[in-house]
Amino acid sequence: MKKIEVFGNFLLFSAMLMAQIPSAEEILKKIDENMVFDQAISKSKMVIHGRIGDRTIESKAWSKGNDLAMVEYLSPAREAGTKMLKTADKLWIYTPEPTDRIITISGHLLRQSVMGSDLSYEDITDNSSMIESYNAKVLGTETIFERNCYVLELVAKKDDISYYKRKIWVDVERMLPLKEERFAKSGKLLKKTEILEVFQQDGRWYPRHMTFKDMLSRGEGTEYFINSIDFNVDIPEYIFTKAALRR
Amino acid sequence: MLAIKLAYRNLLGAGLRTWLNIIVLSFSFLIIIWNRGVINGWDRQARIDTKNQEVGGGQYWHENYDPYDPFTLEDAHGIIPEKFQSIENYTPILISQATAYPDGRVQSVLLKGIEPDQKILKIPTESLKSDIEEIPVMLGRRMAENNKLKIGDFVTVRWRDANGTFDAADAKVVHIFKTDVPSIDNGQMWVPMQRLQKMMQMDGEATLVVASQEITSAPDLAHWIFKDHDILFKDFEELIEMKNVGGYIMWFILLLLAWIAIFDTQVLSIFRRQKEIGTDIALGMTRGQVIRLFTVEGAMHGILAAILAAIYGGPLLWLQAVKGFAMPEGTDDMGIAIADTIYPYYSIGLVVVTASVVLITTTIVSFLPTRRISKMNPTDAIRGKIQ
Repeated sequence: MKKIEVFGNFLLFSAMLMAQIPSAEEILKKIDENMVFDQAISKSKMVIHGRIGDRTIESKAWSKGNDLAMVEYLSPAREAGTKMLKTADKLWIYTPEPTDRIITISGHLLRQSVMGSDLSYEDITDNSSMIESYNAKVLGTETIFERNCYVLELVAKKDDISYYKRKIWVDVERMLPLKEERFAKSGKLLKKTEILEVFQQDGRWYPRHMTFKDMLSRGEGTEYFINSIDFNVDIPEYIFTKAALRR
Repeated sequence: MLAIKLAYRNLLGAGLRTWLNIIVLSFSFLIIIWNRGVINGWDRQARIDTKNQEVGGGQYWHENYDPYDPFTLEDAHGIIPEKFQSIENYTPILISQATAYPDGRVQSVLLKGIEPDQKILKIPTESLKSDIEEIPVMLGRRMAENNKLKIGDFVTVRWRDANGTFDAADAKVVHIFKTDVPSIDNGQMWVPMQRLQKMMQMDGEATLVVASQEITSAPDLAHWIFKDHDILFKDFEELIEMKNVGGYIMWFILLLLAWIAIFDTQVLSIFRRQKEIGTDIALGMTRGQVIRLFTVEGAMHGILAAILAAIYGGPLLWLQAVKGFAMPEGTDDMGIAIADTIYPYYSIGLVVVTASVVLITTTIVSFLPTRRISKMNPTDAIRGKIQ
């Protein structure tokens, strides 16, 4: 009798929890509200863990929508002054003196690693909306990093989405994907990201400290820190021109 | 005839000095012919190998394909025209960029899809006939060595399909082939055509079509441009030309040494044999006849050098043409077709042209110092007075 009572309570509790879970679309919308911005200027640090040691690269980025981004490396001294400009489907890299050269990167090369990290050029400049790109369904709830999370499975809505399937663990309270796994069409796990620290600014939660890991390579992964970000900016259009690369 | 007899006697009379000149000149002969023979041999072998294994009689390229610009690969594919369906005459190839992870290392590769039953290219594509679950891949020896892959090894490959969506799967190395053509080896993985078309979602499409060696010229088709050997071998010809220029410099240095030796000998002869020159003129020889005698003496160095070179060099060159010249390790990684062993190729034209160049230049060099004879006073010459 006691067992039946306990089981009944469990069912009741589960039903209450499920009833509280918002729809997948609502969750994605809330994630987009946090992660997608019109314009922003940010400063970040990338720590690449390699087999022969770590490398730290600091950069400043200007972003507008999903198409436009300009990134300037600030350190180390060897990379300082290097800039990347991304438009819809092309990316230019400028290396300062003595080479003083602009090279174009497009197509497949956009998916190559940035300076040996676990991030591709696409990853680093991506600001796309999840709700526009994916159909989602809630798989349930789990606790990770001591936070209650909704577990969602996302399947690409369109043919031209980089990752056919994603699995994300979304912080119930802050609506940020604390963990994410990105899969190939074949189902092979390609990339894993984790948000280890967050901060709140202008009413939105944003990652402070993330890790990226290319699951096919034997590298040690890459850490990414957002040192500062300003969402209330009006970035002039000339920043996103090739001419600005040499300024 | 008298001049030739006298010149021959005088030359032999000069003893060691003559033989030293002849030996140096014969070395020049040999090295020029050997060097040209090696380059000719390399050229011949590389052309044959490249035709057999890569370019066939020529290639149709999709209008967007540019092998020097990897950015073009994404758009450089189209439905294979009806004309190219004949397996006897054409072999379509689909090329796509991908990333391989041999032992967890990240390596950019080109996936090349080819029909396993193709008959145009002499590469062992039949080894790609396989119904394994993994992608069967065939690698060139350099690619396999660089990535430490052996037959039976597995390697994860990641690519993007025609729509740009990531996909990944394990590939199994089913065959490793040896080739002297690095452009079908370095950074490339050969995959069954239909498998790659399916992976890329490019059914019935190709990037280029290789024509059989019987088809060396053909009209362009809509979206497909024919590239003949003149275009496909352009880079290689430029490289050969560059090697030739390097060879010319070496020959010039060798010939210069021989010319200086002959010139020096001639100047010395004219200085030391003033009494003889005066006597010859006094006995009735014209200055022109004396000049001819000395010029023939000099030029005879070239003839004797050619005979000497033929005696000891002929067998050496023949032996090398038969046994070949082993290229040093690593030269085949330069990105151009070089066989492990190059068999020099000496044509009759090469020997005749080389001999003519050496003989003519030696004659000119022999003639130049003799002009002093025309200014000599015969009486002073007989007395041995320095002029």
